[in-house]
Amino acid sequence: MSQQQWPLFEIFIRSKSGLSHRHVGSLHAADAAMAIDHARDLYTRRGEGISIWAVESKSIVASDPAESASLFEPAADKIYRHPTFYDVPEGVDNL
Amino acid sequence: MYTQGLDQRSDTAPTGDDAERLAAFRQRIDAEEKIEPKDWMPVEYRRTLIRQISQHAHSEIVGMLPEGNWITRAPTLKRKAILIAKVQDEAGHGLYLYGAAETLGVSRDELVEQLLNGRAKYSSIFNYPTLTWADIGAIGWLVDGAAIMNQLPLCRCSYGPYARAMVRICKEESFHQRQGFEIMLTLCRGSPEQKRMAQGALDRWWWPALMMFGPNDTDSKHTAQSMAWKIKRFTNDELRQKFVDVTVPQADFLGIKVPDPDLRWNAESGHYVFGSIDWNEFHEVLKGNGPCNRERLQARRSAHENGAWVREAAAAYAEKHPARRAAA
Repeated sequence: MSQQQWPLFEIFIRSKSGLSHRHVGSLHAADAAMAIDHARDLYTRRGEGISIWAVESKSIVASDPAESASLFEPAADKIYRHPTFYDVPEGVDNL
Repeated sequence: MYTQGLDQRSDTAPTGDDAERLAAFRQRIDAEEKIEPKDWMPVEYRRTLIRQISQHAHSEIVGMLPEGNWITRAPTLKRKAILIAKVQDEAGHGLYLYGAAETLGVSRDELVEQLLNGRAKYSSIFNYPTLTWADIGAIGWLVDGAAIMNQLPLCRCSYGPYARAMVRICKEESFHQRQGFEIMLTLCRGSPEQKRMAQGALDRWWWPALMMFGPNDTDSKHTAQSMAWKIKRFTNDELRQKFVDVTVPQADFLGIKVPDPDLRWNAESGHYVFGSIDWNEFHEVLKGNGPCNRERLQARRSAHENGAWVREAAAAYAEKHPARRAAA
């Protein structure tokens, strides 16, 4: 019962205008147009979206979780990037 | 629904994982961190999840069959539309779950193959027939009710993709349960004959629904490990008790009787006491000897085989028109 597996797509849905597309899951489809059709039926049966992106999963480049400590380490010691790093004296407003 | 799979056999004890990574993994689990697909995980954790999620997916897919049986015979257009929507949801749930299982490195084809060749299990409940329209009400009310009981804690499962799929599923199950109860209520407020039909459905589905939670804790080999991994949050018996406690008052409201002579309220414990389950029946159904096992698998196989030309045609078309793209 072997068959050629349809490619896997990752699906992103914009739930309403003003919000960004968000990853909701994946599905198999023969091509991109079918991926959009299937995503409509699979992920928006209750009006969850107004726009769909389908991206072939193999096109996604991801960071490696095993390297995440070193990858994100540079951000850890730069607390001066946060406004809470700075003391604002009493009596100074609108800052 | 349907997490019975958790309790059916696991192959080997974890081996070959290095102790340091195992300790780090355990720490993350204990800290309630979610595990994501590319994270390191013990072999046995991955295997348990693949088995549980795929059995859950198969159950959703096979679960369409008993209800599909009544789509053409639903009593009104409204009921028919609702039932179609529900069955479509079950297909959707199956697909969310296959998607979650695939993040663990197993292919869809492999999973489908395991279902069709009978190697994979699915929930025993779907091997019972839907004899009357009231059975459609009882399935929504009891089977989906038991499913919700089982599935709500799975929304907090330690494996991210499974937990996220369960959040979507649980949101949708609630409609399933309510439409089932509404069918029961309509029958119970109808003619004496209709009420008898509702009682008959409760008689048929009550015990199989209780079996959906799986073996008693004393006989459930994998509960401890699955709870330590935070795949499972409550034991089978805890969930079964919760289900009985919330469902018996609903049967009282409907004015029909739970088919258990031993059922009584224990004011001291604040729980219902109920009779013992016929585990022999449960194991027979799991082994393939339930009333509809062969019919269900046969239906899945013919659907798969009869749909082969559609899959092939779509693949051929995609190959012929590689530039075909949806409008951006």
